[in-house]
Amino acid sequence: MRQNNSVTQEHTRRSKAKADGENAFKVRLSIRTALGDNAYAWDTNEEYLFKAMVAFSMRKVPNRETTEISHVLVCNVTQRVSFWFVVTDPLKNHTLPAVEVQTAIRMNRNRINGAFFLNDQTLEFLKIPSTLAPPTDPSVPIWIIIFGVIFCIVIVAVMLLILSGIRQRRRMSKGPTEVDDSEDKCENTITIENGIPCDPLDTKGGHINDAFMTEDERLTPL
Amino acid sequence: MEKARPLWANPLQFVFACISYAVGLGNVWRFPYLCQMYGGGSFLVPYFVMLVVEGMPLLYLELAVGQRMRQGSIGAWRTISPYLGGVGLASVVVSFFLSTYYNIINAWAFWYLFHSFQDPLPWSVCPLNGNRTGYDEECEKASSTQYFWYRKTLNISPSIQDSGGVQWEQALCLLLAWLVVYLCILRGTESTGKLEQLANPKAWINAATQIFFSLGLGFGSLIAFASYNQPSTNCQQHAIIVSLINSSTSIFASIVTFSIYGFKATFNYESCLNKVILLLTNSFDLEDGFLTTSNLEQVKGYLASAFPGKYSEVLPQIRNCSLESELATAVQGTGLSFIVYTEAIKNMAASQLWSVLYFFMLLMLGIGSMLGNTAAILTPLTDSKVISSHLPKEAISGLVCLVNCVIGLVFTMEAGNYWFDIFNDYAATLPLLLIVLVEIVAVCYVFGLRRFESDLQAMTGRTLNWYWKAMWAGVSPLLIISLFVFYLSDYILTGTLQYQAWDASQGQLVTKDYPLYALAIIGLLVASSTMCIPLVALGTFIVRRLKRGDTPPVA
Repeated sequence: MRQNNSVTQEHTRRSKAKADGENAFKVRLSIRTALGDNAYAWDTNEEYLFKAMVAFSMRKVPNRETTEISHVLVCNVTQRVSFWFVVTDPLKNHTLPAVEVQTAIRMNRNRINGAFFLNDQTLEFLKIPSTLAPPTDPSVPIWIIIFGVIFCIVIVAVMLLILSGIRQRRRMSKGPTEVDDSEDKCENTITIENGIPCDPLDTKGGHINDAFMTEDERLTPL
Repeated sequence: MEKARPLWANPLQFVFACISYAVGLGNVWRFPYLCQMYGGGSFLVPYFVMLVVEGMPLLYLELAVGQRMRQGSIGAWRTISPYLGGVGLASVVVSFFLSTYYNIINAWAFWYLFHSFQDPLPWSVCPLNGNRTGYDEECEKASSTQYFWYRKTLNISPSIQDSGGVQWEQALCLLLAWLVVYLCILRGTESTGKLEQLANPKAWINAATQIFFSLGLGFGSLIAFASYNQPSTNCQQHAIIVSLINSSTSIFASIVTFSIYGFKATFNYESCLNKVILLLTNSFDLEDGFLTTSNLEQVKGYLASAFPGKYSEVLPQIRNCSLESELATAVQGTGLSFIVYTEAIKNMAASQLWSVLYFFMLLMLGIGSMLGNTAAILTPLTDSKVISSHLPKEAISGLVCLVNCVIGLVFTMEAGNYWFDIFNDYAATLPLLLIVLVEIVAVCYVFGLRRFESDLQAMTGRTLNWYWKAMWAGVSPLLIISLFVFYLSDYILTGTLQYQAWDASQGQLVTKDYPLYALAIIGLLVASSTMCIPLVALGTFIVRRLKRGDTPPVA
């Protein structure tokens, strides 16, 4: 008698799982893709663990702390592995609204993934979008740091080259005048030493040698 | 006493400067594209014919002119004939346009280089959308590399009319690029040295054009470089060496590019197959791992017969994966460098290393060419006594860099890439053909080929080979005239000009017409350099007439 009862109970529950399509969720697992040779086979024990995880997630929702494993119904298990599940409330005899189940699963996604050694891509809840982890964003973008380093190096190099160029030019412009001064001193000593004034031969000032006629006067103008 | 002209420390420095100028981004992104479009290996035939018939003679001519006249482009052509100063001026104007837009490529290369030091590479993953449930929509429709190029790098606007604002990140990179160029040209000469279906006429035309622009003829840079040579330098040998090295670099770059294409095509083909497998596995709830690439066709046939209804539902989503169609995608220009290559790099092991090396190479190529471009502008300026007496060399270089940088900010705006394409397509192509044509005619017929030959002989001590004379006097001018006529007729026949704009909602490029003011600017670009030649000739003619009228006749 009791057996009959539980069978009919199971039957009614199963029909609820199919009937309340809008509160049911399809789950898809890709165990071989995730684990390769370490893949485990999907059997009723794994199903039991899954129901336990769903019940655990529901218990975290306020007002649903009394959810039991038996309230979670699983059906249509395929080879893929994929199946549908739904969470019922036997007291009120209806299935829990999808939104509640969705929030519960989203909050505990990592725990559920961890129980099966899978991740968001290999354990998919088809109507529950997973929260993607944003890429790590450092406070200062890395590219600005490298840019700053290279920018400073180039600026320093430019400054160095400009300064050395200015210094070179200043040295060149001072150079000829210094040489001239020393020549002057030499000539002064020479003229005094000999006692003969060598002024006419002093070509530094560009004096005109009157001994020669200037070019202009050589040819008589027309 | 006149200041002695600075010289290259040794001929090797000069050769390296020429090579670094000639070997540029065109070798990497234009030549492989042309090879692919015009029949692969058979494109090498028109390419080498044009190299020997057009490239080497013209390169030798420009080097010889620079070495003989020992001045930048303006002075050199004015020496040949006072009416031809306009040719040099036109070269300087074209070089100015080129340096304005070319350096933005270096800015982009810097941007990518700085972003290569991250794990994962920023162009390998899509960013998340607002509520973190999926990836950004534009990135999904396009690909992550395209998204990074069009949205993160360029932040491109939907059309050329929507200018948008200046992107500060790109402006910073442009500033850095100009600083690096300034650093290299600061000390002048001493620092720059220290690095297609044969029957298809289009294949031949493209080979000729590629040789032309790849060697950088007509910009005045080669004349500038050669003007710093010792008069006895054997520029014939250098011309041959530079053009051969330039061509072998192009071919080497093609080999690399084709292997990158192959890698990318294979990778995309395999991921396409995997997507189809996943789709079928999920739709028919087959066992995970049952479908593989080897039994895919079999299983597809079985499913089509066993579940025809469901199969016909899924059929539209199943893409026909074909390795041939992946290989057939040929891209050139910035699309090749910044989208295709980055896509290949992101899938390699140690992708950060390859990325850094690749963008460093792009930077070296780009900056090497920039030095040649700026030399073409600076040499005439520093040669001119008016300017060099008032400003030191560093100030002139700094001023040129500053002006170019400020104008280059236009290319950092949201619509900047569209303006870049305008400059890239129109600023140099037609004017250069005209400039080089006038150059050849000037040397052969105005200056006189015999006179030039005897000058060269006196200068270098070697007789001029009959081959060069034949090319300069006959073959090369005819070739350039036919190229010129072809391009002119092509522009006229095509009618209104169009461009490719990025559509963010579709995630792909769409064709649009240029607005009127953009067409006007294109016309201005072409006219401003080509008109220099007749205008300066006319101006010199008028000035001479007036002078002759003023001075009284000497008895």
